[in-house]
Amino acid sequence: MNRPDLGGLFLHFLLLWFIAVGGPSAILPDIHRYVVEVQQLLTSAQFAEIYTLAQVAPGPNVMYVTLMGWYLAGWRGAAATTIPLLIPATTLTLLVSHLNERYPNARLGRSIRRGLPPITIGLMFSGATILARAVNHDWRGYAITLLAVAVVLRKPLNPLWLLAAGALAGIVGLV
Amino acid sequence: MEQKESEKLNVTPLALFFAFSRITLSSFGGALFWTRRELVERRRWVTEREFVELLTIGQLLPGPNVLNLTVMVGYRFAGWTGAAVSVAGYLGWPCLVVIGMGALYQHYGAVPQVQQALAGMSKVAAGLLLATVIKLAMVLPRHWRPWLFGILAFGGVGVMRWPLLWVLSALAPWAVAVAWRERE
Repeated sequence: MNRPDLGGLFLHFLLLWFIAVGGPSAILPDIHRYVVEVQQLLTSAQFAEIYTLAQVAPGPNVMYVTLMGWYLAGWRGAAATTIPLLIPATTLTLLVSHLNERYPNARLGRSIRRGLPPITIGLMFSGATILARAVNHDWRGYAITLLAVAVVLRKPLNPLWLLAAGALAGIVGLV
Repeated sequence: MEQKESEKLNVTPLALFFAFSRITLSSFGGALFWTRRELVERRRWVTEREFVELLTIGQLLPGPNVLNLTVMVGYRFAGWTGAAVSVAGYLGWPCLVVIGMGALYQHYGAVPQVQQALAGMSKVAAGLLLATVIKLAMVLPRHWRPWLFGILAFGGVGVMRWPLLWVLSALAPWAVAVAWRERE
């Protein structure tokens, strides 16, 4: 594995957060592309483990980027991946919420609200398939993934129970 | 907007910090549920309708949607200080927790049971993300056009593995332009 270039990491994450329509799951595929495929800082399996650990922790899902930075280069790495996410939230968010309160029916605003969600969904689906391929090596793995999908779609259950069940299935050697 | 209602409230930066700390530390498996419960039901700082409006803006903007909402709520009640302390409460604790977990993982990650548990959990985590996408896709209009954009985004980013910036630069203006013309 290569050594991380923190400046490059910071700039790439900063760029991504400015185009992260749909939030942290929409940029998951591009973070994977950059960190695993282009820079080769992590293996695909390590990437998936870091993502999973962050899902178990309290707080927003986005913390996987912090953990990834910390894993790559300690506190400085965590800063390089976390600070970028604050920048669009403080600049663009305040600007747009101001404009939106002022012109709630602007045609451009409405077109953006209608036009972008399908793209976000396509991006999140990309992230989900990349993760599913990174963590599954045989049909039993895919069966667990699909079982989790089926349960979530049927029952309003706290996802932590499912993660705990997955951990148990792993320990007893089901997968 | 029922803004008058919330502008009358006197919310201190300290109260904002505690509210967002509490939200984030209870947020196991997604922050949205707890954010609504704290801000709308428990503290009554924003009305149900305001919450949906703030969330919609937060979702459309780049970045984590609940973080964007945090910035807006903090700014509304206590200006820049409010925004800063809300973000500190919301992101500060999880940063520490997640790094603590990372440290544990570096020490115990090689233990076979930990490896197996993590392998099992990561299969579920992939399923959770997939289920979220399916739920979101179900609210798309029953029309071929939005699906076309979704499939193109998946093809470019998920299959071809092209950089997100290229794919979005090509697709986003096109999708917005189509939605613009549809309004007639």
